[in-house]
Amino acid sequence: IFEYNGSAIVAMVGKNCFAIASDRRLGVQLQTIATDFQRIYKIHDKLFIGLAGLATDAQTLYQKLVFRHKLYQLREERDMKPQTFASLVSALLYEKRFGPFFCQPVIAGLGDEDKPFICTMDSIGAKELAKDFVVAGTASESLYGACEAMFKPDMEAEELFETISQALLSSVDRDCLSGWGGHVYVVTATEVTERILKGRMD
Amino acid sequence: MECVFGLVGKGFALVVADTSAVHSILLHKTNEDKIMVLDSHKLMGASGEAGDRAQFTEYIQKNVALYQFRNGIPLTTAAAANFTRGELATALRKNPYSVNILLAGYDKETGPSLYYIDYISTLHKVDKAAFGYGSYFSLSMMDRHYHSDMSLEEAVDLVDKCIIEIRSRLVIAPPNFVIKIVDQDGAREHAWRESIKDAPISAA
Repeated sequence: IFEYNGSAIVAMVGKNCFAIASDRRLGVQLQTIATDFQRIYKIHDKLFIGLAGLATDAQTLYQKLVFRHKLYQLREERDMKPQTFASLVSALLYEKRFGPFFCQPVIAGLGDEDKPFICTMDSIGAKELAKDFVVAGTASESLYGACEAMFKPDMEAEELFETISQALLSSVDRDCLSGWGGHVYVVTATEVTERILKGRMD
Repeated sequence: MECVFGLVGKGFALVVADTSAVHSILLHKTNEDKIMVLDSHKLMGASGEAGDRAQFTEYIQKNVALYQFRNGIPLTTAAAANFTRGELATALRKNPYSVNILLAGYDKETGPSLYYIDYISTLHKVDKAAFGYGSYFSLSMMDRHYHSDMSLEEAVDLVDKCIIEIRSRLVIAPPNFVIKIVDQDGAREHAWRESIKDAPISAA
């Protein structure tokens, strides 16, 4: 059921910046429905969440999270910190422990003093905090290998973009359920750059 | 199996569906309308379990009408699509509907649009889409011949190509199809493509 729609998401930490990237394919098992499906959503300027797994649950979960974050913004009059948001996602997922959302979130944000924060969790909310990179989706095993090989600590935004793009494209090329290009967001303290990659369009 | 497909052209959107009502090996009728007209500028083509299809599309149609009565203005296509998705998503983990939907609409500000809504409520805005066994043929034909801003003649020509493919290659190909169009003048039936006509019912 996690392999029904196909997905690949990766997030990497750089020097005072982070990058989060996803593939663009929406499929129904072997058939490709669309090649412009968005998996990474912006929660606020310095917080992004990518949702891998079943597309319908990703959409429902995103709507719930936006709702919760907007309420938080109204009550607290500020944006949520990434660590807090990760705990919120984890709690929401564990609420459905015995009838879960079939999603694997990847959360990436800039926390206090613009320190980059990334984490992923499984479909019932078990957080995995990492200092370097996190991956999710049908191509996750390839992504682990590619990221481990290509990652260096403290990369600047441009180099981070190149690294994450190469890691994503080479991994989805080995996975039939994900691909059809890539969507990369590179976020620094001052700006957010969104780029579309063209890879093997299959 | 039911074939529904649709595409967006220049200032219009087309939805095409077969018109056979099938129960296991028996073909009940060949003029079953599976594309519901939701309101003046929206079409909803549905495929899937027969009872769910009729009931769910009628439910959406009545709710779209209710919104217009309550608020005085019609829903946009995007809003109707998201409402439909919400209904399917809420029912998904209780008593799910097995209906796949193609929602086509025309809005004055944004023009024509087509939304793909899966039976498990995956929503995506698309230019061309198809459901059912016929999708294997119609999607490939559309991938080859579709381009953005097609004129009505070109689009209907492409639809005919898809229907010919389905008729010639699908083992239990539906005999008749209906083509409905939605553009700035509204949602209406455009044409039928019949290869079998039901015998007229003689007067009792």
